[in-house]
Amino acid sequence: MNQTSNTAAVGKAPTGIPGLDSVARGGLPLGRTTMISGTAGSGKTIFGAQFLLGGIEAGNEPGVLVTCEERPVDLRQNLAGFGWNVADLEARGLLGIVDLSPEPTEQMTAGTFDLEGLLTRITAMVRRLGATRLVIDSLGAMFSQFRESGLVRWELFRIAAALREEGVTTLLTVERDAEYGEVSRYGVEEFVTDNVIVLRNVLEWENRRRTVEILKMRGVEHQKGEFPFTIRPQDGITVIPLASARLTQQSSDTRATSGNSRLDEMCSGGFFRDSVVLVSGATGTGKTLMANEFIAGGLRAGERCLFFGFEESQEQIFRNARGWGIDLETKANEGLSHVTCAYPETMGLEDHLVAMKEHIEAFRPERLVVDSVSALERVATPRAFREFIIALSAFIKERRIMGLYTAATPTLMGGSSVTEAHISTMTDTIILLRYVEADSAVHRALTILKMRGCAHDKDIRRFTVDGSGMHIGDPFRGVEGILEGRPVHVTTGGEGEANP
Amino acid sequence: MEKHVFRLFVAGHSARSDRAIANLRAMCETYLTGRYHLDIVDVSADPAAAEAEKIVATPTLVKERPRPVRRIIGDLSDQQEALRDLDVPPEVPDS
Repeated sequence: MNQTSNTAAVGKAPTGIPGLDSVARGGLPLGRTTMISGTAGSGKTIFGAQFLLGGIEAGNEPGVLVTCEERPVDLRQNLAGFGWNVADLEARGLLGIVDLSPEPTEQMTAGTFDLEGLLTRITAMVRRLGATRLVIDSLGAMFSQFRESGLVRWELFRIAAALREEGVTTLLTVERDAEYGEVSRYGVEEFVTDNVIVLRNVLEWENRRRTVEILKMRGVEHQKGEFPFTIRPQDGITVIPLASARLTQQSSDTRATSGNSRLDEMCSGGFFRDSVVLVSGATGTGKTLMANEFIAGGLRAGERCLFFGFEESQEQIFRNARGWGIDLETKANEGLSHVTCAYPETMGLEDHLVAMKEHIEAFRPERLVVDSVSALERVATPRAFREFIIALSAFIKERRIMGLYTAATPTLMGGSSVTEAHISTMTDTIILLRYVEADSAVHRALTILKMRGCAHDKDIRRFTVDGSGMHIGDPFRGVEGILEGRPVHVTTGGEGEANP
Repeated sequence: MEKHVFRLFVAGHSARSDRAIANLRAMCETYLTGRYHLDIVDVSADPAAAEAEKIVATPTLVKERPRPVRRIIGDLSDQQEALRDLDVPPEVPDS
């Protein structure tokens, strides 16, 4: 078993759920009972199944699933939807199902009873398979089968204690009525288990937001707070561990070209190798062009480049690039670059993130463009969007990939965008592109608003765009208020500037 | 009259198991003399039988005949309730 935990007292069983083990600092407490609480449809059953599969895949550790609600035949079918062949695992002795689903037979009570029958069946299955993991899904169904809830509660406590003797790492699922409030409907959590994980499924601004929170994990280190996750049909739950990823960021002094030699000069030698650049501007100011030059610069240096397009189709992107003298298509065919397009509305932001990570892992680019992040902002709440940017930025920095995001400002002539305000602290360099009205004409202006860790050109410079790309020129003189979108001419009678 | 066929699932030789067995035997001897068949299954010795019958609580008495199949959980200390559930005629046969 992986020794991923640095706490000596309690070992951890890695869940195999992507992202969760970093939130739980290694996994679930080994040999203990953990309760998963959530409303209907919050993903408890999938969580449990993935935990068992994680054990099987990581170390051929057999697992036992006690199903109290779904019949085994339904369960096999539902999990097949995630690509899991339950029947095959059962045949190979890696997975055992204990069927506690309700029987149609009439059942009466005459006198006192216990749940020794249940415990016997579970321990028999655990011992037969040599199982190390056990999932009971769900406790609530146990309570609905018997009227004597006090007795059931006590028996479950006894069973949990007995299972600890068996040395299995146990996961109990339990229903709750609301997303916030009582942990479970039955008040079992206090004495059944030391470890509680809550799954939430909240409707927020017309978007489903799923989160996982480790409420308590006794004597074991874990991360606090809610972490977003997604459930995808092909592979189940993926947790997005925001804070954990951020801790491991390195920083680099190595420079790489922005794709534009004048811009490189303005940055005193190019962008930092593992930095994230935000290019913000109104529609048509040249954001996509700058992204293309960034890619072209990478390709000239023999770097692998990945382009995520959320505004235009692949054809359009290739055509645009050709218009600026950049041949993305040939490079794509040669396997050096890759263009991936998706409509933001096709899925939730968490799903986009997981899909993008997969593309990145598969293609292993050295630079990457997201055009634009503001298109993705349309489909998310501000918080979800912020989390998306943090998670993506952390992910690409970990892999030392240079990133460039574009963001559209809502007004033509300037002002800051919502996107900028949300993500400016998470990007290392911000470049603003603006329209400027001066001398009865519209000009384009570019400025480096910030660049973390180095001196840079502070001028607001003119630039033009033609068939060979972007040409950055001289600074504006005698015009103020460009960034706010209200340029005012000032006559200073010479070259001297009021602001240094 | 049709024979009553019972299977009683108990867990080990606990006081509760013994009580259930004794209560059931007493009932059968009193009300179903010579007209019943009883199997006692110890789930701790035969978990597969418990799995096949989906036993959760112990003791569980399964009345297989007469139909309908019915389950009574508990140690059968509530005799009146048990008799009703088991479709045993309430009148005490004349002895």
